[in-house]
Amino acid sequence: MPIFLERRQLVAPGDLIAEGEYTAGENTYMEKNRIYASRVGIVEYETKKIDVVALKAFYVPRMGDIVIGTITEVGFNGWTADINSPYPALLRASDVLSRPFKPQKDDLLQVLDVGDLVVAKIVSYDRTHDPQLTVAEPGLGKITRGQIVKVTPTKIPRVIGRKGSMISMIKQETGCNIILGVNGVVLITGKTLEDEQLAMRAILRIEEESHTTGLTDRITQMLKEEKSKQEESKNE
Amino acid sequence: MNEKPEKLIDKKGLRLDGRKPDELRPVKLQVDVITNADGSAYIEQGKNKILAGVYGPREVHPKHLALQDRTVLKCRYHMAPFSVQERKSPAPSRREVELSKVIRESLEPAIFMEYYPRTMIDVYVEVLQADGGTRCASITAAALALADSGVPMRDLVVACAAGKVDDTIVLDLMDTEDKVGSADVPVALMPNLNAVTLLQMDGILSLEEFESAVNLAIEGCKQIYTMQKEALKTKYVSVKEENKEENKEEAEE
Repeated sequence: MPIFLERRQLVAPGDLIAEGEYTAGENTYMEKNRIYASRVGIVEYETKKIDVVALKAFYVPRMGDIVIGTITEVGFNGWTADINSPYPALLRASDVLSRPFKPQKDDLLQVLDVGDLVVAKIVSYDRTHDPQLTVAEPGLGKITRGQIVKVTPTKIPRVIGRKGSMISMIKQETGCNIILGVNGVVLITGKTLEDEQLAMRAILRIEEESHTTGLTDRITQMLKEEKSKQEESKNE
Repeated sequence: MNEKPEKLIDKKGLRLDGRKPDELRPVKLQVDVITNADGSAYIEQGKNKILAGVYGPREVHPKHLALQDRTVLKCRYHMAPFSVQERKSPAPSRREVELSKVIRESLEPAIFMEYYPRTMIDVYVEVLQADGGTRCASITAAALALADSGVPMRDLVVACAAGKVDDTIVLDLMDTEDKVGSADVPVALMPNLNAVTLLQMDGILSLEEFESAVNLAIEGCKQIYTMQKEALKTKYVSVKEENKEENKEEAEE
C-alpha cells in the first residue's frame, strides 16, 4: 500500500497519489483503489486519509460559515447577495428587521441597498437550494467602515494560521480588527488608513506565498519593518 | 504559401519544416495569463497561437438552461479575423460551431460535472494564429485553463493529431500537411486514466495505418502532457524559488 508522493508535494489534477487502503479526503478522488488529485495543490495526509490542499478554488457554501457578501438585488421580501460562490445567497427581510416584514410599512431600500456589504452566517444550503443567510446574531450585519480584501477562499486557513497564530499576530501588529469571511472576503477595520493598508498588504502577501514555509516569521518581519518606516516618516 | 508543394517529405525523410515524421512542433505553454478570467492558459504549438479563458462555475443565464443534477459546460471556439492568411469573418462559421462542440465533449469527461448542480462553466478559446491542429492545441489549452481556475477534474486532457502524408504516418500535422496530405487523426487523451475523449478521422486510412496513427498521436499526447503539468506547476514553483533566494540572501548577510 504505497503512497507515491511525500508531504507538501505539488500535484496537478490526475496525479496518482496513493494506492491501497486509504480514504480520499479533500480535492482527491478514488478510482479502483487508487487515489488521484482533482485540483492543483499540495499533498497532506494523516495515517489513512489523504488530502490535497488546493492552491486555487472557489467557495462552496457550508452551513454555519461566516461569510461577507455584497447585496446584488433588492427583492419583494428580501435581498440577494453575492458571496463569491457559484450560488447566490438569499437574505430574508424579516431576518434583518428581526420582526415580521410588512410590505406597506417597511422600505427594503432604506435598510440595505445594492452594493452594501454584510457579514452574515449561512443557515441552510444543499444541492437543490441556494444558500440562505442570517444576520440575527451578534457581530453580524451591515458593514459601515473598513477595508475589503479578496483572497482565494482556500487560503483563508493559511491567513488564520495554526491555532490562529497568523491572524492574531497581524491583529496585534497593526492594531486592526479583522473579520475573515470563509468565502475569501476579508474585512479590516483599524484606527487609521495606514494601519488598514498595512494589514491588507500582509494578507495579500500571505495569499501569494501561502504554499511556502516559514511564512509567519516573514510576515512578522515585514510588518515590523513597515511600522518602523511609518514611524520614521512621522517623526520627520 | 499558395503553391502546392510537390513533396511533403524529402529524400532524407524530413518534413517541410525539417521535422522527423514522429516529431512534435515546438510547444510553449503558459498558465494564468489573463487576470480577469477565473482561469486561463496560452499555447504556442509551432505557428499556432491560442488563448483559453475559463469562467465559473457560476449562475446559469438564461436560467432555463440550468440542469438540476450537474453543471452545464459551455465552450466557444473562435478564430480571430487575423488568424489566417485570408481574413476570416468574425461571425461563428459552421466549422467553429462544430469545433466548439467537439472541444466541449472532449473536456466533459474530465470534469466532475455532478459536484456543482445548477451552475455553468464557460470556456472561451480564441485562436490568434492558426497553422493546423488548432482543435488539439485548443483542447490542451482549455484543459489547462480549467485546472488553473480550480474546477475539480479527474485528469488533464491533452490532444494531438497524427496523419498520413506522402504514404508516411506523421505526428502533429501543420496546415499544409493537413490540406495536401491524405489523412488526419486528432486524438484527445486523459493520460493518467488512459482514456480517449476525442477520436476523429478525416481522410482515408487502412486499418493498420489507422492503428499506428492513433498510437503515434497518443505518444505525442504524452509528450505534451509532461509540458502541460510543468506549466501548471511552474506558476507556483516560481514564487517558492523567489523566497528561497531571498532567504539565502538574508542568510548571507
